[in-house]
Order: sequence, then structure tokens, then C-alpha cells
Amino acid sequence: MSDTLAGNKTTTAGTTDGLAVLEQTRSAAETYGIPLAVLLEITHRCPLQCPYCSNPVELDRGSTELTTEEWKKVLSELAELGVLQVHFSGGEPTARKDIVELVQHATDVGLYSNLITSAVLLTKDKLSALADAGLSHVQISFQGNEPMVADRVAGLKDAHRKKLEVARWTRELDMPLTVNAVMHRQNLHQLSDIIQMAVDLDADRLEVANVQYYGWALKNRAALMPTIEQIEETSRIVEEAQVRLKGTLAIDYVVPDYYALRPKKCMGGWGRQFFNISPAGKVLPCHAAESITGLEFESVRSNHSIAWIWQNSEAFNRYRGTGWMPEPCKSCEFREDDFGGCRCQAFALTGDAGNTDPACALSPRHEEIFKQAEQESAGTQNRFLYRNFAGGTLETEAPQEKINGA
Amino acid sequence: MASRNISVSETSRPKLPRHTKLKFDETRQVWVILAPERVLAPDEIAVEVLQLCDGVRSVAEMVDQLAEKYAAPRDAIATDVIAMLQDLADKGFLTEARESTA
Ligand code: SF4
Ligand code: SF4
Repeated sequence: MSDTLAGNKTTTAGTTDGLAVLEQTRSAAETYGIPLAVLLEITHRCPLQCPYCSNPVELDRGSTELTTEEWKKVLSELAELGVLQVHFSGGEPTARKDIVELVQHATDVGLYSNLITSAVLLTKDKLSALADAGLSHVQISFQGNEPMVADRVAGLKDAHRKKLEVARWTRELDMPLTVNAVMHRQNLHQLSDIIQMAVDLDADRLEVANVQYYGWALKNRAALMPTIEQIEETSRIVEEAQVRLKGTLAIDYVVPDYYALRPKKCMGGWGRQFFNISPAGKVLPCHAAESITGLEFESVRSNHSIAWIWQNSEAFNRYRGTGWMPEPCKSCEFREDDFGGCRCQAFALTGDAGNTDPACALSPRHEEIFKQAEQESAGTQNRFLYRNFAGGTLETEAPQEKINGA
Repeated sequence: MASRNISVSETSRPKLPRHTKLKFDETRQVWVILAPERVLAPDEIAVEVLQLCDGVRSVAEMVDQLAEKYAAPRDAIATDVIAMLQDLADKGFLTEARESTA
């Protein structure tokens, strides 16, 4: 044993690497069969109307949501299966009156709970009740660094101020805070200030997420698509901040795939290490999967267990692994690296989820789609289509049209 | 409040913050660290060290204990343990009960 501890096997790097084995090798599902963490979209109701919302355009109504008892059963089943963490998300998870009860149940069955929230519905009492129920981490989405842009994107007055307040309470209650900033053409100029805002809020982590273009965001692509210059500037700002803020603020950043040569390894590969559960109880390979028409997703309300659905259902197996792939993926050396990219994006942009993700430069559709996106990014169409249960509402006027059009 | 920019030394008395949980995962039969939106797999030695992180013991005491248990050179162990704890601290998964900078 002394050899192991002091010897070459656990040099500094060895010990450190050992801590990150599960994460770095990304081998969780392959080795263990069931995801380490599951996303629970407990409701689609939300007071905000973000034009890039990742929820399906066809939202689940409140009346179809799983009941408190049904969610509790889901939580117990997940814990038994070996899931270690849950992310309570939505819509706005705190729009459910039973959120504290659900977090408490997650704690009781041994699950680690994260809350992914827009924060505007939270009171200090509610947040403190959630902390007492065992909530371990709060992630708050921000739409900008000041109310002008932020409230306009959110489609809700006073949202930004409220978010700042809840972020401070989170730290007062000694819970770790992640600031999630979804970036696009109309707020990328605020990135440096958003980074500083996260530092000032004493956040642990900042997630700089670029909009993913399917569902609502695809409808709003012309108003959201950043220019390639903006993206280059973004990468520069993020890289500089990552170095400067080491030990103070961790920054996660993913380059948007429209401007990359290869697509993102979406969800780590379809049905490999991730699933989520929709408000109505559908077990999905990705939170946008319901946008793919023609796939049947099984529900926790069916007579199948969650484990059975994960392993055997048609929807999970359809695009699992590499067997389903057409060319150019089929014979591509990267097929195990990115698994052909994002199925939802392939469906949204080519009409067939079984195609190579057009974000890939090798896709026959790449040129044409990329060109269109590039044109849109340079355009002056800044009006949002707001997300809601009515299928979306167009912004009455776009305040920045004149500025950008110059 | 969790402190930022902790510098781990022999005098530190580290502990896991409330939101970082060291847990034996029955399903996979491995120890895991649960942290915000992350699951880490510590190796055996890391688990042993982390179990000693109670906010009371100093790093020096842990190192003494491990050096004796494994009859290994104290210096080497100190280097490894501090590096490992520093890495966890940088990621925000370790805090300090009290720090003496003397
Ligand atoms: S993206 Fe915006 S509208 Fe969609 S659930 Fe989140 S906060 Fe609500
Ligand atoms: S061709 Fe397919 S597998 Fe190869 S890089 Fe493109 S998306 Fe990935």
C-alpha cells in the first residue's frame, strides 16, 4: 500500500485523475447501465417567455402533469435503480406547489437534488424551506446583466431584479450557486459584464450556454443567431476569464455548433448516459426529443418500469450506438466521438432524425444551412416570438432594430 | 459562506461542505463524491483521505496518520495529499473549518 500512496501510481496527477474518472471517461452508462443523473421537467408552466426555451413548442398542460404521488414514486424508483442525482427543472419547477415536498422525498430516498430555476417565483421562505428539505444546489438562469435586455428577452418585467435577489439569498443560505447565461446575438455584448455579475453574486460556477436551435429557438433563429465575429470574441473573453478566475468562478462554455466543423456529442450519445422525464411522465432521451415526430415515447404511467423503458423501448434503441447511422457517419472515424451529433437538430433542419446532424461539415446539407444561418446572423430581424401555451406571441416592437440596422 | 481561493497547507483543517457528499454507491459498488451537477469517482486513497477531513483534523495530522499506517515517507505523502485536496478545493468541493496562516 505504501507504494500506491507514495509511489508513481499516485503521483499528483494520478490522484487527481482518479477523482474524475467517471466524468472524464464519460463511461457511466456503458459501464454502469443507468445514468448517474436524471433531469426531471416537473412542469412546463413558467412565468417567463424566453424565445429560445428548450421546451417543446407543443407544451404539456398543467392538467396532464404527474401528480405529487406519481413524482414521488418516480423518485423512489430512480434511487433504487442507482441514479445518484436529480435536477428539478421545467418550465419553472417552483411553479409546482409541491416542490418542497418533492425535494424532501428525493432527500429521503438518498438522491442529491439540484434546482434549475428562473427564480422569479421564489420567496426567501420558500428557498429556505427547500434548503431544509435537502436541496444541494441552485442554478439560476439569467437573460442578461441588466434589466433592459434581460427583462425583454424573458418577456417579463422586473424579472432580472428578482433573480439577483434570489441569487443572493441562495448564497446567504450557503447553497452553491450556478449562474446560467444563455447567449445569442442580442445579448452577447454583455458577456464580460455577465461574468462580473456572477463573481459579484459569489456564484460557484457560470455556464455560458449558446442557444441550441430547435423548437422555440429555431422559430427565433433569425433574431438570435450570433455572427461568427461575435463567437470568436466570446471564446476569447471566456478563455481569458477562465484563467483569471481560477479558484473563484468555474466557467463552462460550449462553442455553438453552427460555427464548428464537427457537431456536438449531443447528450453524450442518444440513450447512452442521459434521460429526462417530461411533465406528463414521458421518459425521453433528450429534453427536446418530443420535437421529433414519429417517435413514440413511453411514459412512467405505462406498465413498464423506468429501467425497462431505458433499456428496451423503441425510442431509446432507435438511435443508440452506431448501427442506425447513414453515410457519411457510418464509415467516419469520429462516429464514436460524437455519435453523429444531435438527432433533434437533424430532424429540425433536414426533416429526418436519422440523418447526419447538418452542423457537421461532412453533412451534405451543411453548406446550405450554414449559409442561411450566416445570412440570418447579419440580418436585422430582431423581433422575438415569445414562448407560451398559445403557440407563441410575436413581440410588438423590436427596440433594437434601428441600432442593429445601422 | 464557502470560502474561495483556499490554499491547502499542513495547517489547514479541511472538510467537505454541506453540498459535497461522499457516499458509497451500492449499485456500482464504488465510492462517489456528489457535487453540484457532478459525480466524481475518488480512488481508494482519496476516499481514505476524505474520510479524515472532518474540519477538526489538520492536514499535518492526516499525513502523520497515513505515513504511519502505510509505513511510507512522510514527505511524499504530504505532497500527494495536499495536491489532491488543493484540486478539490479549487473545484469548490472542499472548505476549511479554520485556517491558521502562521
Ligand atoms: S427557458 Fe425561459 S421560458 Fe423556458 S422554462 Fe426556462 S425560464 Fe421558462
Ligand atoms: S460524419 Fe457523422 S460521425 Fe463523422 S464527424 Fe460528422 S457527424 Fe460525426
